[in-house]
Amino acid sequence: MQIPLNYYLLLSGILFACGVLGFLIKRNIIAIFMSIELMLNGVNLSFVAFAAHWHALGNVHALSGQIFVFFVMVVAAAEAAVGLAIIIAVYRTRETLNVDQVNLLKL
Amino acid sequence: MLHLILFLFFGAICVAGAINLLVQPHPIDSALSLVVVMASLAAEYLLLGAEFVAAIQVIVYAGAIMVLFIFTIMLLNAGAEERTKGSRVAIVLGIPGVVIGAVLVAWTLVHRANTEKVSIGAFPGSPHDIAWLLFHDFLLPFEVTSVLILIAILGAVVLASRPEAVARRHHDTETAKAAPELVGAGKER
Repeated sequence: MQIPLNYYLLLSGILFACGVLGFLIKRNIIAIFMSIELMLNGVNLSFVAFAAHWHALGNVHALSGQIFVFFVMVVAAAEAAVGLAIIIAVYRTRETLNVDQVNLLKL
Repeated sequence: MLHLILFLFFGAICVAGAINLLVQPHPIDSALSLVVVMASLAAEYLLLGAEFVAAIQVIVYAGAIMVLFIFTIMLLNAGAEERTKGSRVAIVLGIPGVVIGAVLVAWTLVHRANTEKVSIGAFPGSPHDIAWLLFHDFLLPFEVTSVLILIAILGAVVLASRPEAVARRHHDTETAKAAPELVGAGKER
């Protein structure tokens, strides 16, 4: 049984759109951060789907698509560590997590 | 047929979790629905034959990164988010932009005559092949990411550590709030 590549890309696009929508409508800074992670997950799904697609077509370098997922995960982990540290530092000085009240970069 | 049913099942869970992330007011509920999204994405990776990626997805994403998120939410004692006005530009331009973009992508994907199918289980994404690529063809990027991780750890430690003076002042005010008569005694000590 085979599943069309389009289905995976459609799911990936829906996840990415949900992430962008959350980035726009959420006001809690941690929720905004989680929306970014959702976008990264959507992109990862399309990487893996394209890797499987090119492997099915006989491309010998198709596995590179999965390697890129690892690099995306590494960048996401680094981003989560630094971003959450920044959120903690902001909360310590402003005592709020609402992005509308955090409108100055100065701590 | 079974694969299609599994794909639709986990895809539906995935989309439901993503929408639940958007509508939940409390960040801890959003975090838990993000765990659901990541776990069902791992199942999708398994359907695509990428078994190692699925394992790493569960361990790193649904495990480590989400623990970091939930730990921060608990540490900051984040309550339900307040609904403030927000930016008008984001509402007026952003949301129609997202809708138009999503509709265009969906239209293109559905109506393009793409007959290529993804075959399931025929893709050897085994740890052996991935390790060969990672330590042979992608050795330089792999080493560079280790430097990136090191810098990120240092940055997180520097950003999250509070200066000594601020910490002492904070401690004094908290003591004053809790028991005002003890402040004098604490200073003498």
